[in-house]
Amino acid sequence: MKTMFRGAGFLGLGGAIWGNAAYKLKASELTLRPPGAVAEKDFVKACVRCGTCVEACPYNTLMLATIDDHTAIGTPYFKPRNIPCYMCTDVPCVPVCPSGALDLKTIAREVGGKKTDEPDINKAKMGVAVIDKDACLAFWGIQCDACYRACPLMGTAITIEFRRNERTGKHAFLEPVVQRDVCTGCGLCEHACITEKAAIFVLPRNIATGKVGEHYIKGWEREDEQRLHNLKEKKEKETSPEDVLNDWEDLLDDD
Amino acid sequence: MSLNRRDFVKATAVAAAATAAGITLPKELLAATPESVEGGWRWDKAVCRFCGTGCGIMVATKNEKIVAVKGDPAAPVNRGLNCIKGYFNAKIMYGADRLKQPLMRVDENGNFSKNGKFKTVSWKKAYDEMEKQMKKSLKELGPTGIAVFGSGQYTVQEGYAMAKLMKAGFRSNNIDPNARHCMASAVAGFIQTFGIDEPAGCYDDIELTDTVITWGANMAEMHPVLWSRVTDRKLSDPDNVRIINLSTFTNRCSDLADVEIIFKPHTDLAIWNYIAREIVYNNPEIIDRDFVDKYTEFATGFVNTGYGMRSPGHSKYSALEEETVSKQASKKISKNEAITLGYLGHKEGDTLKMTNAGKAGAHWAIPFGEFKKALEPYTLDYVARLSKGNPDEDMASYKVKLKLMASLYMEKKRKVVSFWTMGMNQHTRGVWVNEQAYMVHLLLGKQAKPGNGAFSLTGQPSACGTAREVGTFAHRLPADMVVKNPKHREISEKIWKIPKGTLNPKVGTHIMKILRDLEDGKIKFAWVNVCNPFMCSANANHWLKAARNMDNFIVVSDSYPGVSAKVADLVLPVAMIYEKWGAYGNAERRTQHWKQQVVPVGHSMPDLWQYIEISKRFKLKEVWGAQKIPGLEGGLPDVLSEAQKMGYNPDDTLFDVLFANKDAKSYPWPDPVGEGFHNTEAAGDGREIKGTNGEDWKGYGFFIQKYLWEEYRLFGEGKAHDYADFDTYHKVRGLKWPVVDGKETPWRFNSKYDPYARKANTGEFAFYGKALKSIPQGTLKGPVASKGKVNLTNKAKIFFRPYMDPPEMPDNNYPLWLCTGRVLEHWHSGTMTMRVPELYRAVPEALCYMHPDDAGKFGVAQGDLIWIDSRRGKVKAHVETRGRNRPPKGLIYVPWFDEKVLINKVCLDATDPISKQTDFKKCAVKIYKA
Repeated sequence: MKTMFRGAGFLGLGGAIWGNAAYKLKASELTLRPPGAVAEKDFVKACVRCGTCVEACPYNTLMLATIDDHTAIGTPYFKPRNIPCYMCTDVPCVPVCPSGALDLKTIAREVGGKKTDEPDINKAKMGVAVIDKDACLAFWGIQCDACYRACPLMGTAITIEFRRNERTGKHAFLEPVVQRDVCTGCGLCEHACITEKAAIFVLPRNIATGKVGEHYIKGWEREDEQRLHNLKEKKEKETSPEDVLNDWEDLLDDD
Repeated sequence: MSLNRRDFVKATAVAAAATAAGITLPKELLAATPESVEGGWRWDKAVCRFCGTGCGIMVATKNEKIVAVKGDPAAPVNRGLNCIKGYFNAKIMYGADRLKQPLMRVDENGNFSKNGKFKTVSWKKAYDEMEKQMKKSLKELGPTGIAVFGSGQYTVQEGYAMAKLMKAGFRSNNIDPNARHCMASAVAGFIQTFGIDEPAGCYDDIELTDTVITWGANMAEMHPVLWSRVTDRKLSDPDNVRIINLSTFTNRCSDLADVEIIFKPHTDLAIWNYIAREIVYNNPEIIDRDFVDKYTEFATGFVNTGYGMRSPGHSKYSALEEETVSKQASKKISKNEAITLGYLGHKEGDTLKMTNAGKAGAHWAIPFGEFKKALEPYTLDYVARLSKGNPDEDMASYKVKLKLMASLYMEKKRKVVSFWTMGMNQHTRGVWVNEQAYMVHLLLGKQAKPGNGAFSLTGQPSACGTAREVGTFAHRLPADMVVKNPKHREISEKIWKIPKGTLNPKVGTHIMKILRDLEDGKIKFAWVNVCNPFMCSANANHWLKAARNMDNFIVVSDSYPGVSAKVADLVLPVAMIYEKWGAYGNAERRTQHWKQQVVPVGHSMPDLWQYIEISKRFKLKEVWGAQKIPGLEGGLPDVLSEAQKMGYNPDDTLFDVLFANKDAKSYPWPDPVGEGFHNTEAAGDGREIKGTNGEDWKGYGFFIQKYLWEEYRLFGEGKAHDYADFDTYHKVRGLKWPVVDGKETPWRFNSKYDPYARKANTGEFAFYGKALKSIPQGTLKGPVASKGKVNLTNKAKIFFRPYMDPPEMPDNNYPLWLCTGRVLEHWHSGTMTMRVPELYRAVPEALCYMHPDDAGKFGVAQGDLIWIDSRRGKVKAHVETRGRNRPPKGLIYVPWFDEKVLINKVCLDATDPISKQTDFKKCAVKIYKA
């Protein structure tokens, strides 16, 4: 039978912990949230720790955080190396959320550019997979690609790059590459990875990704211009030039 | 210390081999390894346990345990690399439920009981019962009442010993390997076309070719290291090198391929003929006339040969099963067959009676004009219409791809290699489609040349080396000889030093028939060697029930408790690959030997020992008297008096005669080649094992593995199957046979590279295989007696073979094709790889791959548990619509490694009528939510 709260000891410890946790709203940057989760700082505020999403998950992927989990107690999260998100096409964990912490809008299927009420799990952004090339066997020349074949978006979220193996002179490297804009962070790759400690693993997107300023667009890639759509007009900070000019006396100082 | 010296010598040998191959090895590999010795581990060469690629590995042992492996940098196949199965060679022996003691079904008194529970028994008790049961079956049914399920994973010596025991000892040809499921169509294709088994080329063809065309071979998953060589070849010259992937569903080869051709199951027969038609009708100037005239002859055979099923009306078939089985007797000519069999005068709706089912292999020479006439229907329009496998693909673009492929084959200077494995072999017209590959390559003169050739890849590590070369088949003897041929029996009897007339001339039961005969009570004792037939054979419900419900005794020798062990009566724990001496032969004819690296775990013992031990329980007078053989008039003669003339005593055991004879004892143990290594069979191994006589096992006292090798190679010596001596293989990274004057043969039949072709003295080529070289002559309709026979010495045959429908196709009740196969992560039935935690986690269960639209159409969704249901049985699996394999609408794919998804309950046990190889690639199913 599926338990309502898989976070060990959560119910048992009862009120004391909950009381404590109620104040611990601090977002945890290293926690992977269910699909459709709003931004982490909003998520921990919005989540009412009801466990409904956990109950809805058919794969026992989602757990509720306990005091040991370094995140807001009672909030849902998952560890892909144990049980990844299997990316159910009907995304049962999201619509049941009563608080908006898991928000269908963030993963709404788009038809003709318009968002529908249907979920599209491929739009989930639970995290992003990162490869430790030193531990990844494919970069040794071993024919592996277990992550690639496990990827529900095989060929788009993880692609394979072919490279000649000069060491043997007649084999090729088949190296997995994560396409971070497609990767949902489901962690099926991390789960499948055959090294002792996974050489590919999912991190929350804000930890694993950098960001280039919108003021520079790739001259070699037409689509990159799309980034300009995100452009928000900002009120630039103003400083008085007179103040700058009149601040000249330092120039004459000898020391 | 001797270890130091040996390691130094080994490192030097590696360096020499590496230099010869023109590669540079890192310094730390070149150094002798005193550090390793100080660290307490030892490196030695071995070969990967898994597929037919035959990657070399190095094995590190410490304290009688394999602690690590590495790809062997000096191995020409893989040069230090592996795939992820090879990566785990060190772990396969240490699964939690490794069998360590003999286990028997016993009653509460500890006596054997068919309905008892498995309990640990001593080796003696196990063998006492086995002897009793075997003798009971032999007494009741004669030599045909016992059978052995053999394997393409036998070491050479194991296969040789078991074949010798069965054929020379028990006079039974009822030994047949799981390689029947895997390579039999390739074998028959080779024998019928060239008169000798196994590929002409070698893996160097990959680096030398311009074009790789895969026909039903998902090399990216099944031969990953070879595929990485194909990938490298593509990268080395991307504008010129072309890769085409033909398959019935999108697989991982398509990632690299320039062109992917998704065809309807079974229509590869038509596609090959389309290419031939393009050549013969539209580009006749491209035919290599000199080659064709000098080295080939056109031929064809019967079409009404059935589908290798049992005759309809069998009491154990259900009415639903009968719907398909009825086609074994006759079928209605379909619309497509009316076109492709038009040359025989058949019309749509006619009844085709399978009157030539018993003569499926018969064939005769035809004039080129007849060959050409038969190809007429295979126009681009017709073949595209027949074969396009993806309903969503545009017909025009599909045609462009077919045309492009034909033009690549035909391009004068372009080298082409066609690779195939199970897609073409597991096929109810598998021999035909193999022959069609040679048809195209021979017409173009693109065969048996570096970078050019039709190349049948092998699935199992020693399907070539053991199953085929040793001949552990119901019809074969070593070195391509056959039991039917009196001369071959005579040669074998001489080498085996057994009386003339000992060997049984009647072909034994092939692997499907062993199962059927168990169900029919015609076989009552069966021994499973290095395979898992009750999981890997189609229509499994019948055979699982036969094992448990019929009056029989089934012995399974295995390392882990798989499905076959579960339905057995006695389970014998075996030593695994690095716990014994052995040799494998890979797909490029490379024979590779290894030494026993560690002591076997628990009380497990090598297969070889298990086979030889039973021979001690049989006296000559029990087996070499006159024997009744069903279907063999007069039966087998009494050869005891002949035996006495040869100096044998009727009270001698088969052990004395077959395995512990004077020759065997001339190979002493210890032997310098084994210095510092164990030999459990020869000398025991320090464990206190009570043997099959209840006494401490101390060894045979001679080098049994070396003796068996040296005797075995006598069969092929001077017959184009030459091997080097035992010791040589322990110095090199394998050699491609024939090995003549110490040199291996990279390309056979080609006088530049093959001494046997040179010896034939017929110019550039000689297809010198000896089998089936004198055939009748006739027309497309049949042989014409008045024309006499034609002699095809040193020639190959170009067969015309038509398209025919498979015996079961999707219909309203069973609307989907089912195709089964493997995944990279798991080996065969998963007994080893499912016990490696990392591989288990990577792919813990077999999924049902299907098109998302089909999922929608049948009301199931990604991740749903569904029933996959055929006329024979059903299993449950989870739906996968976005995985590694992307079937077109109308086809589902389910791998067979997972015993919880025993997909062979669903599959049809129809076989190729010539090769008797099952078609696991197509039957009709329905699916619905579980």
